[in-house]
Amino acid sequence: MVEITLRVNGTEHSVSIDTRVSLLDLLRERLGLTGSKKGCDHGQCGACTVLIDGRRANACLALAVAQDGREITTIEGLADGSDLHPLQAAFIARDAFQCGYCTPGQLCSAAGMLAEGGPSAITGDLAADPPLTREEIRERMSGNLCRCGAYVNIVTAIEDVSG
Amino acid sequence: MKPFEYTRARDAAEAVGAYRPGSMYLGGGTNLVDLMRLGVARPDLLVDVSRLPYDRIEEADGGLRVGAAVRNTDLAVHPVVRARYPMLARSVLSGASGQVRAMATVAGNLLQRTRCPYFQDVSKPCNKREPGSGCPAIDGHHHNLAILGYSEHCVATHPSDLAVALAALDARVLVTGPGGDRAIPMPGLHRLPDDRPDRDTVLEPGDLITTVELPPPPPGVSRYRKVRERASFAFALVSIAAVLDVSDDGTVRDCRLALGGVAHAPWRAYRAEEALRGAPARAEEFARAADAELAQARPLAHNGYKVPLAHNLIVRTLQELL
Repeated sequence: MVEITLRVNGTEHSVSIDTRVSLLDLLRERLGLTGSKKGCDHGQCGACTVLIDGRRANACLALAVAQDGREITTIEGLADGSDLHPLQAAFIARDAFQCGYCTPGQLCSAAGMLAEGGPSAITGDLAADPPLTREEIRERMSGNLCRCGAYVNIVTAIEDVSG
Repeated sequence: MKPFEYTRARDAAEAVGAYRPGSMYLGGGTNLVDLMRLGVARPDLLVDVSRLPYDRIEEADGGLRVGAAVRNTDLAVHPVVRARYPMLARSVLSGASGQVRAMATVAGNLLQRTRCPYFQDVSKPCNKREPGSGCPAIDGHHHNLAILGYSEHCVATHPSDLAVALAALDARVLVTGPGGDRAIPMPGLHRLPDDRPDRDTVLEPGDLITTVELPPPPPGVSRYRKVRERASFAFALVSIAAVLDVSDDGTVRDCRLALGGVAHAPWRAYRAEEALRGAPARAEEFARAADAELAQARPLAHNGYKVPLAHNLIVRTLQELL
């Protein structure tokens, strides 16, 4: 067992963990933050996406022990008190989900993505950051799968916030 | 997952000092943690090198020094990389997903393991995972495996896009380890499988990549292009990193061609390059050069499509660089 301390949604937690525990399992099983979802547990579906020091990450591929001292933001910490994050409000306004299982990961991923900037694989001119067209959003969100196929409204909701 | 110990190193000497047989270095973990969960990687000790002070990109000697712990995203969005090494930026951006790129390190990208389905399935034999157990891929599912440089022991491909661009750019990989420091020219870090497919690279136990050095970008125009089964978040069927420098008289002054998705290592197409130097820069010559390279190809039963695909990719990419 190893002692680690990390801040999750602004609250400091010191926990004793087995080295094998993923950040996702720590959040869900030890800290009771079940908003982050376990889909594939292989980094392929994006349902577990959280922000680590502001950058989006697959929590299933992050060993908890390696996150000692890091600042973690999960879906539970995205809103400012009772004020929804603009992405959350846009997802509701645009009906950007069906079953909702991928939604926490979509939201955290979109929040991280909007903060990233830079070019993507489909950007024509690498020199300038391109406007976030629907195509750019789809490319940048390709690490988040939605088995219900709500992509059309997910892209529209993100477009509302990025534009 | 097998139990393991964990230690975090503060500098390279501490990391190398902590290494012992059965240890593995941990970077972003995007491939290693998955392989541990699958039972493919079974380290006794993880030495976390993700916080070593190799997290900077610096201009040096007309080129660039990229720290091994730089995150893939940070490499791709760096203004100097975008302006002077666009092929490199595009290779990184074409790989994995936004989340994975934000986590994964430069050295981890180079040292990721093959996605051959048999390597990742511990219920199956695999000479790379368990030397001597056999290679079911040769007569099995190999539609996305090697056409060049493979052996009877292994037909795996290396999955990195970054490594392909670095192979075309003549990058150098700086390594420290129990045997001291050295520089490994690219291509050259990754090896062909021969009778030791368990060894992906020329690194010795305990060797740690600290930096990737890029010489000044070669003259000419460049491109990284990747063909895959879906538009995003997929490994290459075939990819190409190409640089073309054409003289005023319309002949090829110099060129660099590296292919991904075709071999156990990024495949520098030296024969095609040789055929092109001094030749008129036009489609027939490009096709002749592609033929010269791919004459060595030995497609398996279900990946023969990669030969014309690689051929067309070479010709089309060079045409677009004119």
